[in-house]
Amino acid sequence: MTTAAVGIKGVTKRFGDVVAVDHIDLEIADGEFFSLLGPSGCGKTTTLRMIAGLEYPTEGSITIHGEEMGLRPPNKRPVNTVFQSYALFPHMTVTGNVAFGLQMQKISEDETRRRVGEAIDLVRLSGMENRRPGMLSGGQQQRVALARALVNRPEVLLLDEPLGALDLKLRQAMQLELKEIQREVGITFVYVTHDQEEALTMSDRIAVMNEGQLLQVAPSEEIYERPNTRFVAEFIGETNLISGTVVEPGIVKLADGRLVKARTHSGAGTAVTLNLRPEKIDLHHTEESVPEHFNKLSGTIVRRLYFGDSLFYEVDFGHSIVDAREENRPGRERFAEGAPIIAAFHPDSAEALTE
Amino acid sequence: MTTDGPVTAELEADAERAESRRGLFLALPSYIYLLFLFALPLLIIGVYSFASRSRTGMPKLEAWNLDSITKLFTDDLIRSIFARSLIVAILTTAFCLLVGYPFAYYIATRSEKTRNILLVFVMIPFWTNFLVRTYAWRVLLGEDGLITELGRFLNLWDSMLFTLPAVYIGLVYGYLPFMVLPLYAAIERLDWSLVEAARDLYASGWVAFRRVTLPLTKQGIIAGSILVFIPSLGAYVTPDILGGAKTTLIGNYVVNQFLTARNWPLGSSVSMAIMVVMLIATIWYFRSGAKTL
Ligand SMILES: Nc1ncnc2c1ncn2[C@@H]1O[C@H](COP(=O)(O)OP(=O)(O)OP(=O)(O)O)[C@@H](O)[C@H]1O
Ligand SMILES: [Mg+2]
Repeated sequence: MTTAAVGIKGVTKRFGDVVAVDHIDLEIADGEFFSLLGPSGCGKTTTLRMIAGLEYPTEGSITIHGEEMGLRPPNKRPVNTVFQSYALFPHMTVTGNVAFGLQMQKISEDETRRRVGEAIDLVRLSGMENRRPGMLSGGQQQRVALARALVNRPEVLLLDEPLGALDLKLRQAMQLELKEIQREVGITFVYVTHDQEEALTMSDRIAVMNEGQLLQVAPSEEIYERPNTRFVAEFIGETNLISGTVVEPGIVKLADGRLVKARTHSGAGTAVTLNLRPEKIDLHHTEESVPEHFNKLSGTIVRRLYFGDSLFYEVDFGHSIVDAREENRPGRERFAEGAPIIAAFHPDSAEALTE
Repeated sequence: MTTDGPVTAELEADAERAESRRGLFLALPSYIYLLFLFALPLLIIGVYSFASRSRTGMPKLEAWNLDSITKLFTDDLIRSIFARSLIVAILTTAFCLLVGYPFAYYIATRSEKTRNILLVFVMIPFWTNFLVRTYAWRVLLGEDGLITELGRFLNLWDSMLFTLPAVYIGLVYGYLPFMVLPLYAAIERLDWSLVEAARDLYASGWVAFRRVTLPLTKQGIIAGSILVFIPSLGAYVTPDILGGAKTTLIGNYVVNQFLTARNWPLGSSVSMAIMVVMLIATIWYFRSGAKTL
């Protein structure tokens, strides 16, 4: 294996009594789009700042392409940051902001001009070169921040919720652009967000953090399909968590005594929580239409919500209420509130979590 | 006026006028104060500059002439005193900036609690009368004064009382808080993530300071400089008490014209000249302030 773009080993950061980052280990591959995801205050920004050198770990080691960073100041590290608040220099123009890093590295004037021009083109800000940040919209400022970091062609680009301040439409457009840019320039992105959808669409791999600890590090699909803890399951997307007990491998007994087939990883007798995503549940009027090996649970619709692209049902199973989501497609049956139904799901869709 | 019902353009205009009347009412005491204690005396001084001088020294409001104005440009003594005063004011401002910036920076980067304690320290001198404090310097700088003894011990200086350095010490001491406070306010307001961004973009600590911190605290530098420069230029007490006769500054010269030489027209025109210089400095201040906004 080649050396990781970023290696984090046993890193802890304490601010007085607050443990912001709690002994994390992480390797981020070269050219990877890696996201740090977690609720507010879980230590994402702190982790990023330690990679940038804006904060030093209380203990542990951070390497960039195998080189130990130790107490190296930020200006001696081959990384650049797109700050949560953009941090554009208000007294400089767009060009001045973007050129700053190159000037600091004593790049020749000709090359600086050329690269600044390219970077401004890349983020589609041509024509705004001489404006001050105060005269730009949030989305434009965000792109200046991006250009200012990218123009240096750092080995690793750190992005701290760069799209946080944008409205939905602009954010989606920028997500695509960012992903495009990352593919074009091929540098390692470490991307911080607390928006799980954003993380899923953009990342090669995601690390889910909570209270300073890494809970799971895995590719997007695996994080969504196979979360390893209740926290990850709940944090990423909507889900149903149903408690039960393992009867034998592959069989879980629910609280009301019904048996369901599920993916189990622990022995008989262990208490588990079944993680079942709403869209994995199919609703039927009768058992006949349900495929053979699926789990079948009878229940009653208690609530129906119309979402446009989908319909959302709350189903009462007697002991628990479970959410189900059905795509709004032609020919799909709709169910009325109060209707008795059969809820069906594939055994692989129900993951028995122990943590 | 009715407050119910839909708004029309006239009603809106009425409301705006009422608002501005209320504003005027609040500002009225200051307007009266400024009018009687500032504008009016200023006008009198302006008029006196063109008056002629009677034997008793009182200006005669007749035989209007430009004598005292021309004297500003032709009299070598006035010109050299003016030049010296300008240099003293500029250097005092420079010294205050040099000492004040690092100190203001230090205060602004402490924790909130330490910051407040340090700010109180900056303001403590104001608890004692300026005159008293200046006399205290006379003791420190005089024969057998603590500072004189120190200089003799180090073999570096003797008593500085009644020399230009004593005037500088007194002025820098007296006006330093006026430099520190606006600088502190500017530095405290600084968005430190900008400095971090500069460091992240390969700037060393010093370069980040020069390219980001310094330009973004320019407002404080200019405000502090004006607040020090203007009173230094017109300073009277400090040069009088610490400077002695050999180092007359323009402020003392004006006082002499009024009290000793009894030449009110000349005193008035010199005062006006000082104010023109201050006015230029102030305009420059607002200009450069507007540019950075
Ligand atoms: N300079 C500091 N001094 C003291 N505590 C700090 C400092 N910086 C961060 N913390 C604490 O460390 C924890 C992690 O903060 P961090 O900024 O890394 O969170 P985050 O995951 O980026 O949150 P958000 O999504 O809100 O940006 C928080 O509890 C925070 O209060
Ligand atoms: Mg953060």
